[in-house]
Amino acid sequence: MASVVGCICTSHVPALGSAVAKGLQSDPYWQPFFDGFPPVRAWLDRVQPDVAVVFYNDHGLNFFLDNMPTFAVGAAEDYLNCDEGWGIPPLGLYPGDPKLSWHLMQCLVSDEFDPASCQRMLVDHAFAIPMQLLWPDKASGPRASVPIAINTVQHPLPSPRRCYKLGQAVGRAIASYPEDLKVVVVGTGGLSHQLEGARAGHINKAFDLLCMSKLVDDPTALIRYSIDDLVETTGSQGVELIMWIAARAAMTGAVTKVHSNYHIPISNTAAGLLLLENRDPPKFM
Amino acid sequence: MRNDTPSPSPNAPVRAPHGSPPERANTLGRGRIVAGTPIFDGERARRGYALNRLCFSLNERENRDALLRDEDAYCRQYGLTNEQTEAVRRRNVEALLSAGGNIYYLAKLAGCFGMNVQDIGAQQTGMSVEAFRARLRAAGAV
Repeated sequence: MASVVGCICTSHVPALGSAVAKGLQSDPYWQPFFDGFPPVRAWLDRVQPDVAVVFYNDHGLNFFLDNMPTFAVGAAEDYLNCDEGWGIPPLGLYPGDPKLSWHLMQCLVSDEFDPASCQRMLVDHAFAIPMQLLWPDKASGPRASVPIAINTVQHPLPSPRRCYKLGQAVGRAIASYPEDLKVVVVGTGGLSHQLEGARAGHINKAFDLLCMSKLVDDPTALIRYSIDDLVETTGSQGVELIMWIAARAAMTGAVTKVHSNYHIPISNTAAGLLLLENRDPPKFM
Repeated sequence: MRNDTPSPSPNAPVRAPHGSPPERANTLGRGRIVAGTPIFDGERARRGYALNRLCFSLNERENRDALLRDEDAYCRQYGLTNEQTEAVRRRNVEALLSAGGNIYYLAKLAGCFGMNVQDIGAQQTGMSVEAFRARLRAAGAV
């Protein structure tokens, strides 16, 4: 049977793509962020997940306002990262696992979720940059990934509670998949930031640190917030926290924090990183 | 919120007073207003459809080139209103947001004009770019 071996949550700022393309990882501005990743890569190297299931939000590469699903599950043979308008070098193709995707679809719909299924799906920086941060050498990465998009473009957005339940349903679906797969669940976005309005530049360090702590031991504390609460507290793009909440919810039982990092600012964003693993290691490790 | 939950905000929420028209621009689903925080809802998504569609087209380099070659023609091609076209011409983010623009999509337009998110943050807050950057750094030192 498949099993969730861990959960990695990270920010996904587009400027990270240009920083990597220009080789600025050791630049004083970027280093405090990039320095968070070697311990996570060491963990990945040890655990060797077969598949990554990635909760992310599209920023207008794949979805437009003509068709805006609240939840969308990738069901493609592969996923292409493309130019999003800034000319940052695209990161190419990511192989999919349609069989696993359709298993997730089957389970989610049975579980009273009704996501869109996407047999063609472009993946933007919110998917590709975390993949690049986790596996700088693409060949060393998981053999496949399944992107799951959550709408944060157009309100109404799904509540933290709903996203938590989605993550739980994805976790159950993975656990019921008959193949022996080690699955790492990734949640990308956040933490606090706001790009628009007179409150642009809003950052809330205290709330971010609270969330990173609650995600480890008491994630349901976060699902009592409404989207309104999150917009007010963590900024209109800080609501991307719902991706972290969904990813965390896919973990079963008690978890241990393996590593975390937090740095302000990367671009306009408070950038976080969190790696959790199951307290009881999966049976086939 | 119940007492056992972490406080959602150090600041009391600002709500629309009863009987007065809500400040539509900033109204969240349940009527809450967060100052300086426009919310991209269905009403804005309808109003801003053409503008956002133009921004969406800028994922492709040839479209960015076309916009930069003849901005007015490109705005006409996408059916922008005069207000939207004027907001594009002025590179004014507040006006673009008021005209129904979504910030994720507008970031593509801003990028086309050589503006990054610190530039647009500075513009919207009336600060210099350096002051805006300094404020971001200061948020980390709290």
